Amino acid sequence: MNNIVFIHILRFLFLVLFQTIVCSNINFLGYINPYIYVLFILLYPITNNRLLFIFISFLLGLSVDVFLDSGGTHAAASIAIAYIRPLFLKFSFGAVYEYHAVKFSNTDFSQRLVYFLMLIFIHHFILFSLVVFDQNELLLIIKQTFYSGIFTLLLCLLLTTLFSNKKT
Amino acid sequence: MQQLFNFFIRNKTFVLFLVLFTCALSLTIQSHEYHRSKFIHSSNQVTGSIYGTFHGISQYYNLKNENKLLLEENSQLKTVVFNHKNLAQVDRVLESTYNILPSLVYKNSFTLPNNYLTLNMGSNDFIKEEDGVITSKGIVGIIDKTSANYSRVLSILNTNSRVNVKLKKTNHFGILSWDGKSPEITQLKDVQDLVKIAVGDTVVTSGYSSTFPPNIPVGSIQSYRLNDTEDLYIIDVKLFNDMTSLEHVYIIKNTDINELKALNISDE
Repeated sequence: MNNIVFIHILRFLFLVLFQTIVCSNINFLGYINPYIYVLFILLYPITNNRLLFIFISFLLGLSVDVFLDSGGTHAAASIAIAYIRPLFLKFSFGAVYEYHAVKFSNTDFSQRLVYFLMLIFIHHFILFSLVVFDQNELLLIIKQTFYSGIFTLLLCLLLTTLFSNKKT
Repeated sequence: MQQLFNFFIRNKTFVLFLVLFTCALSLTIQSHEYHRSKFIHSSNQVTGSIYGTFHGISQYYNLKNENKLLLEENSQLKTVVFNHKNLAQVDRVLESTYNILPSLVYKNSFTLPNNYLTLNMGSNDFIKEEDGVITSKGIVGIIDKTSANYSRVLSILNTNSRVNVKLKKTNHFGILSWDGKSPEITQLKDVQDLVKIAVGDTVVTSGYSSTFPPNIPVGSIQSYRLNDTEDLYIIDVKLFNDMTSLEHVYIIKNTDINELKALNISDE
């Protein structure tokens, strides 16, 4: 049990640092950055203690915000997907989820893809809506959501495949 | 009362979500207003030192380019020194009220609508809010938050940024702001339509605000058009600075700022 907690703390710190030091400085084609830290929320074990989960997600988003000077945008987007995650778990993994038996390393690639895709795009849409904060710029929000979302999705799939064997 | 408590306990996840979401939202709204983001900023000790550590690594990638920039600036300054006789005496009086401190950029962003930089100097080095930040090529922004060892700069690439600038040729002044689109182009507004302007004209700081001394280069006019009421120009200014790669910057401290502020207060 302690081992799992330790791994998650480590993952939290690693993802926040990796996000702020590396990913936010990529600026692919001028403005496209992946937001890789959502992986923490996506891969958080399925628990009944949702209060703790939402609170940790808030901390995660807030730490990214502090580094990137973005107010509370990442925090808001993070807790939003943390809150609606069970809905998408049920949708993507179906009956397996009901028994709390989902282990992300054992799931089908296609199921995982759908699950990642939906949560990442919702996260990015909320994030960019708050970052741009202007309803007249809906096209810009959607464009940024789309490009950054694809980038994040690719990186997330890559990282999960890379580390899938070592995962406990 | 009992029912109310029961309601909260039953929906505790939703209540927590709502509370935290409201927190995050209010922080977001604060950050969209100038000078309001009090708690969440990257110029604190923890983030500052982490950025500092990793900055040491990334610094090496830019060494060549930075050397070139410093050489260019050196030669420029040498030219000024060698031709010193030609300078008007008035300039020297003005210059003496500004102190210039060199500083390093630890963090820079330019893709968001509201961009900030983090510098490696803070209130221990007598940096204050409202001090100007420039490079050898042009202006960068205005100090917005300081901690003991770090400070945050409101970049000119920030939709909240307003800098008083003028046209070098005709001395007509206006406000430089940013529309959040390209990191190379900013917008100059409030210039009257009777002013004759041409593409390629230079824009410099006006010196009307206490932040920047006059005649610091900003950019050149790329294009211009009239605004909706057709009495003021909206001018696209191409910045001389490459805001996407900043390393060495200078912080300008106005030593007369208290005197100037006192004057302004007595005016009101």
